[in-house]
Amino acid sequence: MSEQRTAGLAAVARAVAWRSIHNFLTNPAFLMPALLFPLFFFVSFAGGLAAIGEVPGFDFPSGYTAFQFVFVLLQSAAFGGVFTGFAMARDFESGFGRRYMLAASHRSGIVLGYSLAAIFRAFVTWAVLTAVALVAGMEVGGSGGEIVALYALALLVNIAATLWSAGVALRVRSIQGGPLMQFPTFLVLFLAPVYVPLDLLSGWIHAIASINPVTALLEAGRGFISGDPVLVGLAFAIGVALSLLFAAWARGGLRSAEAAG
Amino acid sequence: MSDGLRGQIGQLARRSMLRTLRQPAQIVPALVFPLFLLAVNSGGLEDATNLPGFPTDSYLTFVLAVPFIQGALFSVMNSGTDLARDIETGFLNRLALTPLRGAALLSGLLAGSFLLGVVQAVAYLSVGLIAGADLAAGPAGALVILALSVSITVAFGTIGLFAALRFGSGEAVQGLFPVFFVFLFLSAMTLPLDLLTTDWFHAIASVNPVTYLLQAFRSLLIEGWNLGDLALGFGIAAAIGTLGMLAASSALKTRLVRT
Repeated sequence: MSEQRTAGLAAVARAVAWRSIHNFLTNPAFLMPALLFPLFFFVSFAGGLAAIGEVPGFDFPSGYTAFQFVFVLLQSAAFGGVFTGFAMARDFESGFGRRYMLAASHRSGIVLGYSLAAIFRAFVTWAVLTAVALVAGMEVGGSGGEIVALYALALLVNIAATLWSAGVALRVRSIQGGPLMQFPTFLVLFLAPVYVPLDLLSGWIHAIASINPVTALLEAGRGFISGDPVLVGLAFAIGVALSLLFAAWARGGLRSAEAAG
Repeated sequence: MSDGLRGQIGQLARRSMLRTLRQPAQIVPALVFPLFLLAVNSGGLEDATNLPGFPTDSYLTFVLAVPFIQGALFSVMNSGTDLARDIETGFLNRLALTPLRGAALLSGLLAGSFLLGVVQAVAYLSVGLIAGADLAAGPAGALVILALSVSITVAFGTIGLFAALRFGSGEAVQGLFPVFFVFLFLSAMTLPLDLLTTDWFHAIASVNPVTYLLQAFRSLLIEGWNLGDLALGFGIAAAIGTLGMLAASSALKTRLVRT
């Protein structure tokens, strides 16, 4: 019985993921923003703010390009999830989502399918972003294992953001819920030490960044790329906790969509 | 200008302004988003003032120029989306059956951008000054900032009109937003031109007109009165507005021929 259930869940997830990935790869309107936005941020931050690396007290060993790469990697992970939430909302607005709900033997598979698609699109984005960063001369001080850990952290961010956005999309069931997915994500990312390390921040932004969970994710990620890991346990614990929390949030959204009929 | 043309522009301007005022979804993001980035950037990059050659000891003052340009980018979306909706709903076709002149249509539609420009400029400058930014040019400088902001917002609005008339779809206009953001990102947005140490970035920012629009605002905020920077800023706004209007007029003719 349990095997049947798992097989049903996997079949639904596979079908939803396939359609979502197909749409992503074949529609330039979806593919280009996913690729270009992180590159714009990377180019703007790493290129335009390179002089920040010379600010007194800034001593990141791998240089400013690597420092910003970690932020843009985590940002693209989060926004990959948000954009997948947009796709989900669009499907429900057009009525396609309702057809999914009617056809799926295990409706959790719908959320799982979108999550798999989000992971796929994140990997596509990261491949391009990493290639551009390396061509731009990014120094990587971390070992192979540390770099894998960096991408694992980004994966957790992607999963958490997808589940957050799925929860919103399933409750609102309209693309009008887009700002609700996007703005909190944007807010929490930019209220972290984006441009300089936490120690160099002061005033209100330092106070907020000190309690912002994204700060630990960023610091751990920057530790991995420079070969000097810090806050590893805390960062992974935050990543897992956020994913579990938003999984419950997405599950609630699924119940809400079911109740709406 | 004849009374007839003035009347036509007045009617459409009134409609455009009311439409903008009745859509908080157009005004709120154009105010909140740039102010949020202003707060984050001014807090996060305060240490940039320690770089040798940085023109002021207040990063807030330096970066206060950015919201004016970000706000103008929203004008591209708002003016374009409104006109695209008129095209999609067939309202433009109905206007085409009236003796309305093309110049009246385009000028009237920019009234919404004008109104948005005024609201934005007052909000950004007020918030910036309350938060502690300097205004070296004094109260008269505030008026020039208002005029410059409105000029840029209206100039960018013409690009939105062109896009709407050319593509006829609100979605296509929305798709332009990231393209215009690139111009902002590849400018001297976060550091002065002299402190852009990456060669290729410096080269792009040097030829990017947004750099000089920012510089015009910064001259008033940081230096006082620098007529050269101001002339360049107003000149670029006028050039963008003229080119945008010519392109929109041409696209309007093509679209009306199609209908």
